[in-house]
Amino acid sequence: MTLQTAERPRLAPPAQLPRTGRGEKGRVSRWQIWVPLALYLLFTLIPFYWMLVFAFRPRGSTSLLPWPITFENFETVWNDLSFALFFQNSLMVGIASLIMTTVIALAGGYALARYEFRGKRLFMIGMLCTQFIPGAMMLIPLFEIFRTIGLVNSLWSLVIAETVFQLPLSLILISGFIKNVPVELEQAAWVDGCSRLRGFFAVVLPLLRPALVAVGSFAFIHSWNNFLFALMFVSEQEKFTVPVGLAYTLGEFSVDFGALAAGGVVAAVPVVLVFAVIQRYLVQGLSAGAVKG
Amino acid sequence: MAITTADLRIRRRPGRAARTPYLLIAPAVIAMLGFLVYPMASVLYYSLQHYNVTKPWDNGFAGLENFRTLLFEDPLFWQSLGFSVQWVGVEVSLQLVFGLALALIVNETFVGRGLARAMVFSPWAVSGVLTTGIWVLLYNPTTGVSRYLADLGLMQYGAAPLANPDTVFWAAVLAELWRGVPFFAILLLADLQSIPKELYEAASVDGATRRRRFIHITLPHLKDAIILSTLLRCVWEFNNVDLLYTLTGGGPAHATTTLPLYVAAKAAQSHDFGYGSALTTAAFLILTFFSIAYLRLSKFGANK
Repeated sequence: MTLQTAERPRLAPPAQLPRTGRGEKGRVSRWQIWVPLALYLLFTLIPFYWMLVFAFRPRGSTSLLPWPITFENFETVWNDLSFALFFQNSLMVGIASLIMTTVIALAGGYALARYEFRGKRLFMIGMLCTQFIPGAMMLIPLFEIFRTIGLVNSLWSLVIAETVFQLPLSLILISGFIKNVPVELEQAAWVDGCSRLRGFFAVVLPLLRPALVAVGSFAFIHSWNNFLFALMFVSEQEKFTVPVGLAYTLGEFSVDFGALAAGGVVAAVPVVLVFAVIQRYLVQGLSAGAVKG
Repeated sequence: MAITTADLRIRRRPGRAARTPYLLIAPAVIAMLGFLVYPMASVLYYSLQHYNVTKPWDNGFAGLENFRTLLFEDPLFWQSLGFSVQWVGVEVSLQLVFGLALALIVNETFVGRGLARAMVFSPWAVSGVLTTGIWVLLYNPTTGVSRYLADLGLMQYGAAPLANPDTVFWAAVLAELWRGVPFFAILLLADLQSIPKELYEAASVDGATRRRRFIHITLPHLKDAIILSTLLRCVWEFNNVDLLYTLTGGGPAHATTTLPLYVAAKAAQSHDFGYGSALTTAAFLILTFFSIAYLRLSKFGANK
């Protein structure tokens, strides 16, 4: 996501000329791809670049290059503004949500894919309906519930809320992937004396890697990014997550733009890393789950 | 799947086999009943109550009074609903147009395609708050983009798009567009890839121009994906408050307050949970009604 990578495509050799069965007529020319793509890349990358420049250039500088490079803004947010703590909290919530979502969705997804049972249809419809429940509107009742069970100001309230909101889509996605694993593979394992559970771990699970990567990363990214629940359910500063910390940096009367940018980089790094890993699965993963149902 | 079930019944004792699927979905069902269905039901219940944490002496059954207040005495309800419609309409249609264009571009074969895809999709993973942070850096009058443009003599110094009521809407639209276009591009690209190449080849042989191929092959094929992704996105844009909450705070003067933002403010600031629940119920009903009408009118899944 840096400037260097932005320049790379332009150095690429020209796209190949006729190769497929498509004739010259109506063929997309290179310019028709590159000009709009370059414009869109500028729109996408300039904001990222702007953040990096503000984060790495010295205080008071107006240079458009992050030079001379400095880490003073990072020292400010990491130590003085306690982003070290927020980062740890966000990481804990993200990983816990990832594990809970994946395990629960895996069990449920297997049931949906491999068994016929009474109430299955109702369950599927119910899951689709949950997509229309607005998160912002669940604030009041969820707050009441967490207050009753004593989880207000606990990071577990965020883990639970995140997991529950991630579950429906994750279940649909995983069950779709399990359906695509031929049942004969599992049956062969049973014939060889595997129990159903062992057969699942030995045969099905390895084939589900793309689905697990997709579901796990969606859960992590969503919970890492979640703002409203964290803002409402947690009010003790030592339990803030990164987005809440970032919002407080924004809310200051005179915004310290260097600190804001550095905080932004801290917030962006984990999702960018996860995104780099999953982006090749993203297109199939999202479509299998969200559109094809 | 019939084979699976039959096979299962042969292999396992009947009682156990019948129980297994329920045990497997039990955690999901319990989690969703406890933290989605029950809260939803309690919203309906509270919407018929006077329930204000700061005024416990007034609490009690209210009947439809909250809804009467909402419909006839609360101009902010109508104003925020109107803004929600405007926001969702503009955002989703722009995201669809740019997302479709982007999907068509990165579906072509060219060198560096993988990298180009990763880069144009990347804002998808960025949170609403971080989007706000980034665009505040770009928009602020002292060190933002406008200052450098003013240095070049291209505009006046001191432009503050977020503080000016004339520009705040489009400033917010642009920031949300930055992060929203990749969603459509990703979903539509997945569907574009499933169009058989032979269709295009056959059409080319028959002399169809590119525009005609787009209208007669691509668009019909994408129809269901477009309907579903726009619906999902409408619901999402309607519900999501992170960006506006942090970027404009619903201001200036409630000019950018959506209905969920109004609910969140009611819950957080005035602690009027009864009235907040009535607003929530109203929003949920509007959303559900809109979704059903949209799927019916667009004839979703009709030609397949």
